[in-house]
Amino acid sequence: MKLYFKYFSIHLRSVMQYKTSFFLTSIGTGLTTFFSFLSMYFLFDRFGSIKGYTFNEVLLCFSTIFMSFAIAECFGRGFDTFSGIISNGEFDRIMVRPRNEILQIVGSRIEFTRIGRLIQAFIVLIYAISSSRVYWSIDKVVTLLLMIVGGICLFFGLFMIYAAICFFTLEGLEFMNIFTDGGRELAQYPLDIYKDWVIKFFTFVVPIAFINYYPFLYIIGKNKGYGLFYMLSPVISMLFLIPSYILWRIGVRHYKSTGS
Amino acid sequence: MKAYISFFRIRFINGLQYRTAAYAGIATQFAWGFMFIMLYQAFYKSNPGIVPMPFDQLSSYIWLQQAFLALYMTWFVNNDIFNLITNGNVSYELCRPLDIYNMWFTKSCAYRLSRAALRCFPILIAAFVLPEPYKLGMPYSWIFAILFIVSMALALIVVVAYCMLVYIFTFYTISPVGARITLVMIADFLSGGLIPLPLLPDWLTKYIDFSPFAAMQNVPFRIYSGNIPADKAALAVLLQVAWAVILVAIGKILMSRALKNVVVQGG
Repeated sequence: MKLYFKYFSIHLRSVMQYKTSFFLTSIGTGLTTFFSFLSMYFLFDRFGSIKGYTFNEVLLCFSTIFMSFAIAECFGRGFDTFSGIISNGEFDRIMVRPRNEILQIVGSRIEFTRIGRLIQAFIVLIYAISSSRVYWSIDKVVTLLLMIVGGICLFFGLFMIYAAICFFTLEGLEFMNIFTDGGRELAQYPLDIYKDWVIKFFTFVVPIAFINYYPFLYIIGKNKGYGLFYMLSPVISMLFLIPSYILWRIGVRHYKSTGS
Repeated sequence: MKAYISFFRIRFINGLQYRTAAYAGIATQFAWGFMFIMLYQAFYKSNPGIVPMPFDQLSSYIWLQQAFLALYMTWFVNNDIFNLITNGNVSYELCRPLDIYNMWFTKSCAYRLSRAALRCFPILIAAFVLPEPYKLGMPYSWIFAILFIVSMALALIVVVAYCMLVYIFTFYTISPVGARITLVMIADFLSGGLIPLPLLPDWLTKYIDFSPFAAMQNVPFRIYSGNIPADKAALAVLLQVAWAVILVAIGKILMSRALKNVVVQGG
């Protein structure tokens, strides 16, 4: 952990060398969130509601998923460039160092510019919390926090799988974006607005429903019994890290050095 | 002229090499298309009032958009050109006895066309055989089909001319990432890349319709399904021509001014 803070401070200092560039890039990346928000606002402006959910309720989904994604992307960015680490042989150097590989890869790149998205998502979250007419008792606050933390774990796990696949294919697979970016896009709305198989897929294969749909129902008070299950369901998506890690270990064992 | 054609050919053939990436792209675009269609269906069902765009037209719009993504997405900028400018290799380009604007313009067109050529057919064919109302319909009439093709070409010119402005902007700022994302994202939103323009509030579309952004993917895709009536379609195409000319002119002027006092960094 100490080592990671070392990495962290190095990256932070290197970014701060180019302050203007950093701020402009942060604003730029923040714009994507802003325009997603704007499209959602305009759609609700025209259609009123979606399957009985109001705009303010859906905003809860929107802001939590964007926050989790921004944080996961900020720290898990190293996995994204992992195909490069494999193909230039950098991974050999990582393996010979007496430290955990994941720590080194994650530490190799920290994307601070995602702060733009994070701040925006946070503002939207504050607005959603204050306007959604939900009575915020302790258990609901806990659920909300679990949603965000669960989301971070889930996306982090997906990034890890993406990197683990690189061990076999040697290059990044674009179709994984369907689960990461696609998952983020889908989960801006409660998942039951889509067809039935979508929610099944995102419950049993990629557990996005556990950070988006089930706890969300609990917060807005639409769950049918089993309150505790709905409340604690994000924990299941945290468990997603286990299979991701196993896949990663298998990948490491299969690793054959390439290139020079 | 011959030089530009061969530039076009080199770029085009070069772009055709990346087949595996294209397959992955096709899969992604399918997922995206289905996602949008399901989302809009939920919205349409929640409020089945009068909407400015019937659902079958919307489906056609989305599938065309996914199929021709590479042609019209403003964020599909060519990173080679940015690298040329920021690392100073642009000086080599200046040595060539060719107009740099035209050269980059042809390159960008070829880059986009080759990527679209690889991706569009599987998506179009599959979208044709989907069940109603999710499928990509036939063109509204044969006149509209011709207009559609004309307006596709014009839209490509407008998009590439806009991207050229983004490239040229890089000459003026050394660290262009922030400005680039901003310009690109604004265009993406206002051209109907995120949600089709008719679904935006009317007070906003009133103005957007006359902007260069509406002259991008918005016009051809809506002409195809007959969402724009015949008289307005002709007007929209004329507007596309106007914007194509204006944007290219601005680009050429700015380019020549930028090149007059270009400072090549590094060595």
